[in-house]
Amino acid sequence: MAQEQMKNLSADETPPFDETLNIRGEVCPYTFVRSKLKLEDMDEGQVLRVIVDYPPAIKNVPQSAANEGNEVIGIKQIEERAWEIYIRKREKK
Amino acid sequence: MKKLELNDDQVKRYSRHILLPEVGGKGQRKLLEGRVLVIGAGGLGAPISFYLAAAGVGNIGLVDGDTVEVSNLQRQIIHFTHDIGKHKTDSAREKMEALNPDIKVTVHKTRVSSENILSIIADYDIVVDGSDNFPTRYLVNDACVLSGKPLSHGGIFRFDGQVTTIVPGKGPCYRCLFPEPPPPGLVPSCQEAGILGVVAGTIGVAQATEVLKLLIGIGDPLIGRLLVYNALEMKFRTVKVPKNPQCPVCGPHPTITELIDYEEFCSLRS
Repeated sequence: MAQEQMKNLSADETPPFDETLNIRGEVCPYTFVRSKLKLEDMDEGQVLRVIVDYPPAIKNVPQSAANEGNEVIGIKQIEERAWEIYIRKREKK
Repeated sequence: MKKLELNDDQVKRYSRHILLPEVGGKGQRKLLEGRVLVIGAGGLGAPISFYLAAAGVGNIGLVDGDTVEVSNLQRQIIHFTHDIGKHKTDSAREKMEALNPDIKVTVHKTRVSSENILSIIADYDIVVDGSDNFPTRYLVNDACVLSGKPLSHGGIFRFDGQVTTIVPGKGPCYRCLFPEPPPPGLVPSCQEAGILGVVAGTIGVAQATEVLKLLIGIGDPLIGRLLVYNALEMKFRTVKVPKNPQCPVCGPHPTITELIDYEEFCSLRS
């Protein structure tokens, strides 16, 4: 799979979202494991906002989510060490 | 049915399963809801039941009437030296529950017979045959065909092993391959012929793999295929095996409609 360029969202840019998963304190690979479990419970097309504070997660979570066919809308830095990742659920065809 | 929520321990314990796109939380929940019966807690039963326990198969039944002997320990890795004399089912259950407190292990301290097998298998989704003798193998096959239960068959002998998966109605059964057991005394038993211990692991783990695939509903099970393994050559081959239209138990005109207790000829019990 091609390395996708993840879009960085500016501070005032907040895409509409349906669900939030706050996993501050969680490390990889559980950041993606928990994001994946949450996405499994959501409907196709819905958007999940994942809040993480573990820096490797801002690369790993979007990459793994995209690998499984989801659409990564973008990443927004909300604190010096905290980020929001917006993922739209897509079923892998 | 209420959806089973994975707790924090389970999310971590099964994370390497959940990460697999083919498994995910959905697949793991199927394993946790799975009910699998393992016949024999010996050479094959040890790796089968240990891996199924590790994988989080929620309900595992173990059938074995024997006790642990020192000569078992070269291959039956779920039993330890201090277990000698203990019931194999109890010894195995202790290890499985220590490995994974998430699962429930039910023990049946008995040998399967035409009298008890249908009621024992009734509670399970899948049956795994880890027995070491032909009478049991045919009894288990016939019982699974008659009750429509998927069955994983495994057999080991010296440096050789074989595995196939029987799903009644979808492919051949064990009798399609071998209609009748060999006459008593013709085929030496494991006790007489010997077995390289690790072969039990290779074959048992292949059987456990088939069980996990069936429970999750992924991949191509060994339905209509016999996996044949030789450890000396380190070769696996897969042989296509057709359904026998004249099969005495799963054919359209079965002659076997009741369970048979064949003569016990694997008589060297120790």
